[in-house]
Amino acid sequence: MHTYPAWRLWLVAVVVALALVLALPNVFGEAPALHLSRDDRAAFTEQGQKAVMEILSARQVPVDAAWIEGDRLVLRFDEAAQQLAARDAIAAAAPREYLVALSMAPRMPGWLRAVGLKPMSLGLDLRGGVYFLYEVDVAGAVKQLIASMERDYRTLLRDERIPYTSIQADGLDGVRIELRSGADVERVSAVLRKQDPAITLEEDRLGEGGAVTVRLTPDQVKQRQDFAIQQNITTLRNRVDELGVTEPIVARQGVDRITVQLPGVQDPNEALRVLGATATLEFRLVDDQNDAMEAERLGRAPLGSKLYQRREGGPVLLKRDIIVSGEQLVDASSGFSEGQPAVYVKLDARGAAEMLDTTRENLGRPMAVVFIEKKRVTEAEPCAGVRTGTECTEEEVISVATIRGVFSSNFQITGLMAGEARELALLLRAGSLAAPLYIVEQRTVGPSLGQDNVERGFKALVIGLIGMFIFLAVYYRLFGVAASVVLFMNMVLLTALMSLLQATLSLPGIAGIVLTVGMAADANVLIYERIREELRNGMSPHAAINAGFDKAFSAIADSNITTLIAGIVLFTFGTGPVRGFAVTLCLGILTSMFTAILGSRALIHLIWGRRRKLDALPI
Amino acid sequence: MEFFKKRTSFRFMPLRRRWYAISGVLIVASLLLIAFRGLNLGIDFTGGVVLELSFPQTADLDRVRGALASAGHEDATVQSFGTEREVLVRLLPKEGEDTAAVGQDVLEAVKAYESAVQLRRTEVVGAQIGKELAEQGALAALFAFLMILAYVAVRFQWKLGLGSIVAALHDPILVLGFFAATQLTFDLPTLAAILAVVGYSLNDTVVVFDRIRERFVMMRKGSSEEIIDLAINDTLSRTLMTSVTTLIAVFSLLFIAGDVLRGFSVALAIGVFVGTYSSIFVASSIALDLKLSARDLMPAQREKGAVDDMP
Repeated sequence: MHTYPAWRLWLVAVVVALALVLALPNVFGEAPALHLSRDDRAAFTEQGQKAVMEILSARQVPVDAAWIEGDRLVLRFDEAAQQLAARDAIAAAAPREYLVALSMAPRMPGWLRAVGLKPMSLGLDLRGGVYFLYEVDVAGAVKQLIASMERDYRTLLRDERIPYTSIQADGLDGVRIELRSGADVERVSAVLRKQDPAITLEEDRLGEGGAVTVRLTPDQVKQRQDFAIQQNITTLRNRVDELGVTEPIVARQGVDRITVQLPGVQDPNEALRVLGATATLEFRLVDDQNDAMEAERLGRAPLGSKLYQRREGGPVLLKRDIIVSGEQLVDASSGFSEGQPAVYVKLDARGAAEMLDTTRENLGRPMAVVFIEKKRVTEAEPCAGVRTGTECTEEEVISVATIRGVFSSNFQITGLMAGEARELALLLRAGSLAAPLYIVEQRTVGPSLGQDNVERGFKALVIGLIGMFIFLAVYYRLFGVAASVVLFMNMVLLTALMSLLQATLSLPGIAGIVLTVGMAADANVLIYERIREELRNGMSPHAAINAGFDKAFSAIADSNITTLIAGIVLFTFGTGPVRGFAVTLCLGILTSMFTAILGSRALIHLIWGRRRKLDALPI
Repeated sequence: MEFFKKRTSFRFMPLRRRWYAISGVLIVASLLLIAFRGLNLGIDFTGGVVLELSFPQTADLDRVRGALASAGHEDATVQSFGTEREVLVRLLPKEGEDTAAVGQDVLEAVKAYESAVQLRRTEVVGAQIGKELAEQGALAALFAFLMILAYVAVRFQWKLGLGSIVAALHDPILVLGFFAATQLTFDLPTLAAILAVVGYSLNDTVVVFDRIRERFVMMRKGSSEEIIDLAINDTLSRTLMTSVTTLIAVFSLLFIAGDVLRGFSVALAIGVFVGTYSSIFVASSIALDLKLSARDLMPAQREKGAVDDMP
C-alpha cells in the first residue's frame, strides 16, 4: 500500500468535474439559426421576442429555441428549410423592422446557456466564410486632411476678408496660401493660429503679397494616420453589422492593416463591394448666373464654380463651396417618395445650421446633390471621372431641385435607383472611410469544404485516438488502459480550456490536438518505462510506482518545456493557421502536464495504490 | 508487450563515425537540393491566387487549362486535388495586376467551360504579404532556436547543449531537403510543422540527456562512452514507444485529414523519423566528442534536486 495526499485526489476530481461541464456544450453541435437585431439598433426586449414568436406561430414555422444574446434575438431551428421559412415570414410580416442574419447556433440545452457556457467557436476553415486583410492607405488619409484644410482656409480667409490669390497643397504635408497685395502676412498667421494654435507656420515675402505655408508636424501626420485607421475600423465594423453577419471579427493588425473575418458569408464580392465602397454625398448650390453649356464648350468653369455632369446627361455648373458633405450625416435610411426611390437623411447640428442658413438665404434658387464614388481600378479599366493612380473618383449630380422652403436637419433625396438608394443609405449610416483601403489578402472557404474539413479533422482525431488506445493497451496492458483514460481526460480538459478562453478551433488546431494527444502519451510512456525498469531492478510494485512517477518528473518537465517554447514562438510570430495550431499545441502541453503528472498518478493510486498486497503489476 | 524483452546493450557510440557519415551525406544532399532545386513555395510565401474548384464529374485538366489560357492565364498551374473532381488552380502574381480581381476572372473563365463548377476555396495573397510572411516565418524559426538554445544552456551543461542544438538543426534541414526533393508545396502550416518537429526532436534528445546526466552522477566507474551507451539503452524503448504513439497520430492526419493539411502532416511524419534518429545517434555522439565527462555534470546535481522534489 502506498500513500498519496488526499488533497491531490480532490484537486484532480474537482478539475475533471469542472472540465466535463465546461466541455459539455461542444457535444451538441450546431443547428441553423437566425440572428435578429432591431433596425434602430436598440436592444431586443422580452416583448420584442414575443412579437417575433407570434409572427412565426401565426405562419406555423416551428422554432426549436429562442433567446436574447446581447442586443440580438437568436432563433434556432431543427432544419435549414424552417430557418429560411422563418426569415421570409419575418420579412413579410414586419419589413424594415429587423436586420436578419442566417447563421448557426449551438444546439446545447437551455440550462447550459443560462449558466453562461459556450462551445468553442469554429474558425473560418471549418464553418466557411471569408477573410480579408486590408491595408489602409495612410498617405491618402493625410492627403484628405490637407484637402479639408484647404477648404477650411478658403472659408476662413473669406470670412476675415483677407484677399488671396491661391490656396493649395504644398508637398505632402502642407498648405500654401498665396496672398494678394494689401494682405498682411502677420495678420493671416494670427488668424490661422487663433483657429488652431497647434499649427506650424512658415511665412515668406515672395510674390505679390507674400505667402503663408501651414505645415503638419511629423507627430500630427502620425496622429492623423492613427485616427484614419481607427476610424476605418469603426466604419468597417458598422458596415459588417449592416451586412448582418454574426460573430464577425474586425481588428487592427500591425501598423496599417485591418483584418476582417466574416463567418458564413458565401459571396466575397458583395462583402468586398460594401466594405470597400466610398460612396458619399455633397450638397452644393447651382451656379445659375453662368451658362453651363458655354462652360463645357470652353472646357473651363467660371471662378468659384465647378462643372459637373448630370446623371441623366448634360452639364451643370455648381458653386465650389460645399453646403454639407456626407460626414455631417448622422442617419440615413432608404424608402420611396412619390413612387421614386429615396434616401432619407438626417444632419448633425453643424450641418443642420449650415443647411438652415443656406436655404433661408437662397429660397427659390436651385440646389444640387452630388453623388461621389471612389473605386479602385486597374490600368485597363475605364474611369469616367478623375483618375489618380489606381483610384477613380466619379462624381455625378443625381438631383437638382429648387429650394421651396427652409429646412435644416431632416430631408429626402431622390434621383437614385432603388438598389443604389439602399446601398447609399447603408454607407451613409455606417460612416465613411477616413482613408482608402486596399485588399492585400483574401481567403474564402466554401461551406462544403468547411463541412468536409470538420468531418475529416474529427475523423482523423477519433481514428488517431482509437489507434493509440489499442496500442497502449496491447503494450502496457491494464496500465495502458489507464493511460488511455488519462489521454481522453486530457482531451476533455483541452476542450474545456479552449471553450473557457473562447479560443477558435481551426483545421490546423484540430491537427494540434491530434499531435498533442500523441505527444501527451509520451509522459505516460516515460512513467511506465520507469516503473518497468524499477520492477526489473527488483523493487516492490508499490515502490516501483512511486519511483516511476518521481524519477520521470524531471524528464517530463524538461521535454514539455522545449515543445512549449516552440509553441509560444509560433503563437507570437504566427498569424491565421499557424496561430490556431500554436494555441492548441500550447494549451495541450499544459493540460497534458496536469493529466500525466497529477491525473495519471491519482488514477493509478485509486486502482492499485490502496491494495495491501500487490505481487505483480499488469504493466 | 515490450519492444525488448531483455535489457538492451547496443553499442551506439563506438560506431559514431558511421552516424556522422550518414547524417553528413544527408545534410549535404539536403542543402544542395534546397540550394539548387529549391522549395516549391506555396502562395503564402510567393503571393498569388489559389482556387479550389469542385466539378460535378471527373474534371478534364487539359480543358480547364485551355479555358484559362484563352482567358489570358497561360501560366496557371492546374492539378487535381484529393479526388478526381477537385481541381486546384494556382497563379503567381504579376506586376501591376489587381490580385483580388484575378480570382474572379479565373472563376469566370472556368465557368465558361463547366457552369456547374463549385468554388470550394479561394486564397488571394498580395506579393508584399507573401514576402512578409516568409520573413516572419524565418524570424520565428530563428527566434525559436535562440529561445531553445537559451533554455538548454541554462538547463544543461554546454557540451550537451551543443549536441542538442546540432540535432535540432539536423532535423529541419533533412525535412526541408525532403520537400525540395519531392517538390511538395511548402506553405505556412508546413513551416509550423517544422517548428513543431524541432520541439519534438529536442523533447526526445532532452529525455536521453536527462538520463545521461543521471547515469554520470550515479556511476563512478566506466568510460564516458560506456555510460552514454547505457543511458541511450535505458531510454531506448521509451524513445521508440513515443515515436510510435506520435506516428499513429500523424499518420491518421496524413491519411484522413485531407489535402489541405498534406504538407503539414508529411513534414511531421518525416520529422518524427529523423527526430528519433538524431536524438539516439547524433546528439549524444557530439557531446561525447566534446569530451563530456562526469566532472562536467557534477554542478548540475544541485539544480536537478531542486526540481525533482516537487511532486
